[in-house]
Amino acid sequence: MSRSRGFEVIIGLEVHAQLLTRSKMFCGCPTTFGAAPNSQTCPICQGMPGVLPVVNRRAIELAVRSALALDCRINPGCRFARKHYYYPDMPKNFQISQYEEPLAEDGWLEIEVDETTKRVGIQRLHLEEDVGKLVHEGAFETAQASLVDYNRSGVPLMETVSKPDIRSPEEAAAYLKAFRAVLVSLGVCDGNMEEGSLRCDANISLRPRGASELGTKVEIKNMNSFRNVKAALEYEVGRQAKALAAGERIVQETRLWEAERGYTRSMRSKEYAHDYRYFPEPDLVPLRLDPAWVDGIRAALPELPRATRQRFIDAYQLPAYDAEVLTQSRALADYYEEVVKALTAGRAPSAALPALGEPAKIASNWVMSELLRELPADDEAAIRSSRVPPQNLAALVMLIADGTISGKIAKDVFKKMFETGESAGTIVEREGLTQVADEGELLAVVDRVIAENPKAVEDFRKGKAAAAKALVGQVMKATRGKANPALANRLVEERLRAV
Amino acid sequence: MGGLSKPPKPPALGAPRQSRGAPRRPASFNGYRRGDFTPEDTARAHLERIERLDARVAAYLTVTADHARRAARASAERYRSGRPLGPLDGVPVALKDVLCTAGVTSTCGSRILERFVPPYDATVVARLHAAGAVMLGKANMDEFAMGSSTEHSAFKPTRNPWDLARVPGGSSGGSAAAVGGRLATVALGTDTGGSIRQPAAFCGVVGVKPTYGRVSRYGLIAFASSLDQVGPLSRDVTDAAATLSVIAGTDPLDATSVDTAVGDYVAALGDDVTGLTIGVPGEYFAAGIDPEVERAVRDAIAVLEGLGVKAERVSLPATEYGIAVYYIIAPAEASSNLARYDGVKYGLRVPGKDLIEMSSQTRAAGFGAEVKRRVMLGTYSLSAGYHDAYYGRAQKVRTLVKRDFDSVFGRVDLIVAPTTPNVAFRHGEKADPLAMYLNDVFTVPASLAGLPALSVPCGFTRAGLPIGLQLIGRAFDESTLFRLAYAYEQATDWHTRRPELP
Repeated sequence: MSRSRGFEVIIGLEVHAQLLTRSKMFCGCPTTFGAAPNSQTCPICQGMPGVLPVVNRRAIELAVRSALALDCRINPGCRFARKHYYYPDMPKNFQISQYEEPLAEDGWLEIEVDETTKRVGIQRLHLEEDVGKLVHEGAFETAQASLVDYNRSGVPLMETVSKPDIRSPEEAAAYLKAFRAVLVSLGVCDGNMEEGSLRCDANISLRPRGASELGTKVEIKNMNSFRNVKAALEYEVGRQAKALAAGERIVQETRLWEAERGYTRSMRSKEYAHDYRYFPEPDLVPLRLDPAWVDGIRAALPELPRATRQRFIDAYQLPAYDAEVLTQSRALADYYEEVVKALTAGRAPSAALPALGEPAKIASNWVMSELLRELPADDEAAIRSSRVPPQNLAALVMLIADGTISGKIAKDVFKKMFETGESAGTIVEREGLTQVADEGELLAVVDRVIAENPKAVEDFRKGKAAAAKALVGQVMKATRGKANPALANRLVEERLRAV
Repeated sequence: MGGLSKPPKPPALGAPRQSRGAPRRPASFNGYRRGDFTPEDTARAHLERIERLDARVAAYLTVTADHARRAARASAERYRSGRPLGPLDGVPVALKDVLCTAGVTSTCGSRILERFVPPYDATVVARLHAAGAVMLGKANMDEFAMGSSTEHSAFKPTRNPWDLARVPGGSSGGSAAAVGGRLATVALGTDTGGSIRQPAAFCGVVGVKPTYGRVSRYGLIAFASSLDQVGPLSRDVTDAAATLSVIAGTDPLDATSVDTAVGDYVAALGDDVTGLTIGVPGEYFAAGIDPEVERAVRDAIAVLEGLGVKAERVSLPATEYGIAVYYIIAPAEASSNLARYDGVKYGLRVPGKDLIEMSSQTRAAGFGAEVKRRVMLGTYSLSAGYHDAYYGRAQKVRTLVKRDFDSVFGRVDLIVAPTTPNVAFRHGEKADPLAMYLNDVFTVPASLAGLPALSVPCGFTRAGLPIGLQLIGRAFDESTLFRLAYAYEQATDWHTRRPELP
């Protein structure tokens, strides 16, 4: 807050999300990322003379799904508009977007910062087509030629504009995180910011605290990660506050975040201000969304991350932190619930579990500490195809519960399960990891250890309780960790007192 | 090729309901089936005429002779084996160069697309091919369909076959001159504000602008997207009806094409017209109309009344705003549609030191004066600060023009009016753009309202220049247009006259 020097920060975010459709927004070309340049194009997405757009029904469906999840009002009739500007990556030199009648308006998204929740308003949500990509031969400034790749041209984008309700860079990052989680859990967008599936621009202005008028806003582009959004906005808050405090005026402009150098620089000044000359796209008729169709989409909406989080707290008595971690993706939440289900299923010897604690919390500990050591929490695909499926993790936990292996060994077993894809039972059996819980067998080891460590025995007699622990450690070592720790403890103490 | 369209005997005036009898077919179709002549004969004869006459008429920009011979041979084979694809099989057609033809240069009459070879066929072109029509070539036009005389073609002006010193009209001037000069049996044109009907009237042929949405625009190089429609030009109503039956109908590639049943326009041609009511709008006979045109149209109305049609005076008060509205909306859409011609992807490229210079020099060299004028007009009327006063307001008045028609069509089945206020003018006569624009005064209102309209020959001036009668119908009611036009055609012999080209 010190950066803002007493000014109030006003931020609005514009997020572009690439929709998970198989084909483009207005033609049948595929949307796969990374194909050879211009291999995924046709006359329509190349903007050839005579071509016409046809709306991708699936894109509308995904946008409606998002709009409903964000509590937006769906416009019963929405239409597309042409937005004009000249740039060679845009084959028609206009972009089909939406202007006066967007698909949806007036929703909200809940975010949490410093354990306080807050609603950020959604102003509008609309559909548009992506543009192509310019490839320069050499550096931009000195390039003798530029090439255009139209593979991305016409890929469906959903633009969501927040209301200027965001009051800090932290809130902006939280908004983007929450927004991404919603889209990913809806199956609307893969959320991959590196590949550009999710892009974020910000409008930011400062005003004296208590003022009712908004200050001059600046648009910030090129922030392709949560960290960059926060860093860029923090920098911009400082820059604007310093300027305002010095009595300077803020210029309305677009600034580019230079992540490596850590500052924003002016990209377009006012003299290049665009007049987009919007007008309704005459090649497309207004969309009339059938209310029954919209209701069908509403009925099929999955549980949203925040609702899942709350349910985990209520139904499983999980700490808020666990619930937050486990709901970072739909796949992870599903994985967790599968583990819980397997642990509490009728056929499991659940009688043994309570000794370890509540099944829901045990499952949470194992998923958070072991699974998430191997896989990113938000990687839906990786979690769904994990080498350790939820049933196998549950079976591993059961091996601890019934005393077959110790918790410590179980962690090593998990690593091996993840490497090989084998079940816990197979690994434990092959490697002879079954815990030594036979009192007679273990007693022999204890006696040998005591005999080999007279100094420790002496220390114990002199009142050093820690010496017993060292001897238990020796027992564990001698059994390669297989000794039942509680039993080893008891036997060592008994023998020491008896000596 | 003379005598291809010998008409059946005209019925007596006021004749009672005509028998539907055997379905009417294009003359060529009947001839092919009887074996009087073959599609190869027809194609060869047309190609010979083009070879001999087109240096003077200049109807074609590209002649696809090899393709035509191959297509005609295939068609002849189908007739020989008794399996023609339908009434258009073997019919030689000219295609306005605004239509994309796979592998065949499609210039749109512009230098900027001088070497543009589309990789795909327009839907209407594909439908004609599938129906067995024989493409003779690509017809000349005003650049990007902007003009009413075909003088704005970047390549050459087309001449009117009735008087080579005069224009054929435009922008489908090449199509109209080809049909009028018997250099094609049927042609496709496009009509944005009259670009089929006006040249049809000037060249003494039938021209049909279908209802907006009736025919797919996919592959039609856009001028004004909310107005453009493809339609046929032909020597008689039967051929026009047969052609529209083939090209009409919804297209999954055109979201503005409408999914309503396409009738068999030919089969319905002989239906009785007694009891139809036509509206005669006073605004279309206002000062400025050539007295010879007015007389011919009034005579035509009398002929229709003789056929049992009831004529009624009607008023379309918004007519006077038509031109103003049209010349806001069409250029606005054109300024957007033509933005893609920048030298980056296809067509002409004039190199420059950077991107902006390359684009502006390409456009400076590639677009003609009329195109530049309209792009500037359109850019202006869509600009911030002017958008509401021009484009926004024009859209509102467009609604008024539509309402005029709606209210009149409550009382009448069709509107009958002159197609143009005057007949074909001399080359260079309308150098003032505004004078040229005013030539569209009677055709623009139906375009703005999206209604089907047709021009059918209704007489000649003393100087021997054709006059067109315009029929405007209810949306998607092309059938009634054809029915009345056919009845009129049968009652007269204007369509049997031919220009005296050597």
